[in-house]
Amino acid sequence: MAAPLSVEVEFGGGAELLFDGVKKHQVTLPGQEEPWDIRSLLVWIKKNLLKERPELFIQGDSVRPGILVLVNDADWELLGELDYQLQDQDSVLFISTLHGG
Amino acid sequence: MPAPQCASCHKARAALRRPRSGQALCGSCFCAAFEAEVLHTVVAGRLLPPGAVVAVGASGGKDSTVLAHVLRELAPRLGISLHLVAVDEGIGGYRDAALAAVRRQAARWELPLTVVAYADLFGGWTMDAVARSTAGSGRSRACCTFCGVLRRRALEEGARLVGATHVVTGHNADDMAETVLMNFLRGDAGRLARGGGLGSPGEGGALPRCRPLQLASQKEVVLYAHFRRLDYFSEECVYAPEAFRGHARDLLKMLEAARPSAVLDLVHSAERLALAPTARPPPPGACSRCGALASRALCQACALLDGLNRGRPRLAIGKGRRGLDEEGPPREPQPSRPLTSEPVPDF
Repeated sequence: MAAPLSVEVEFGGGAELLFDGVKKHQVTLPGQEEPWDIRSLLVWIKKNLLKERPELFIQGDSVRPGILVLVNDADWELLGELDYQLQDQDSVLFISTLHGG
Repeated sequence: MPAPQCASCHKARAALRRPRSGQALCGSCFCAAFEAEVLHTVVAGRLLPPGAVVAVGASGGKDSTVLAHVLRELAPRLGISLHLVAVDEGIGGYRDAALAAVRRQAARWELPLTVVAYADLFGGWTMDAVARSTAGSGRSRACCTFCGVLRRRALEEGARLVGATHVVTGHNADDMAETVLMNFLRGDAGRLARGGGLGSPGEGGALPRCRPLQLASQKEVVLYAHFRRLDYFSEECVYAPEAFRGHARDLLKMLEAARPSAVLDLVHSAERLALAPTARPPPPGACSRCGALASRALCQACALLDGLNRGRPRLAIGKGRRGLDEEGPPREPQPSRPLTSEPVPDF
């Protein structure tokens, strides 16, 4: 049983528009059987934070292509992407590259 | 799985994996590499000679923000001076916030800024007015077509106004690859053949234009802005969701997921394309109204405005344009001024 985690979730680059324009969210992920990873965090975000047009943020079980994910300011591609296991006090930043120019 | 060490300094933890090479770099080594690559693009392509007065097309968005910031870093080494030129398309609620971002940048970086407005340049036409005129029956899809043509012209006018010798825009590799795809899908051979290279040398009296970020991927542009803590405007234009470009972007993202080099491969493919002699468009001449480079009697900007003033906006788009020459004078007595050397407000 994994203990509850306190995590900062942040949206930028236009992705915040899908979350009522709110960039920073301090969230508590409840304790659960499996450890929390980015894959399960995305499911939690879709259920609890995402306000509109979920297809612009999530496709399949991952983020929409063109949305960058940084964990503690490091590219998730270096950390195992969806399989990265969240630690207490981690910060996860989603940046859209798809807006404006 | 912890992040590996930076492959360049071997001290800090890596902060990103570069899309093309897969190299893992820390934030500061990446930003230094990014700037060095833009410098190399500019120097190797001889895009901006020493002494150039460079008008930077500034929208407040990520690409032009990164372009202006990088060129400002490189300006002493290149021996160039910079002037931000922003275009106010007249899109209520969208452009105002973006222009505020440009003004903040100009103040922070101590760069001169000039704003030129569609309404002043194009006889009172704002993009909102164009959108109303083209609304209904799916015509609003054409908004980005109008806006693209008019913005190019407005930027040229703004650059001349500030005495620039060169124009630069923030197009990145993803933008270019999307454009290549769109031109293929539309069968637009002329644009495909013209689109290659890093810019245009300035034929027909137009200022030379270039795209110093053309080889930089979208991901790297956004992460450069992130690691350098640049403040940019990131809302989508209200008219953009209807544009064809969105489909090209989705397709490109899927291709990139399967083959990471697809974006740059497309850009390079377009550079290497050559048209068969029979497919080559006639050499461009001068627009009979404003004197700008034109492949027909009227340049694209004048043709679009002509269609709008006649109340037949679709005339100037695609094949409808052929009907223009046979039409009589404009039906609506819309104020129509020539496009050249109009005084525009300086902010």
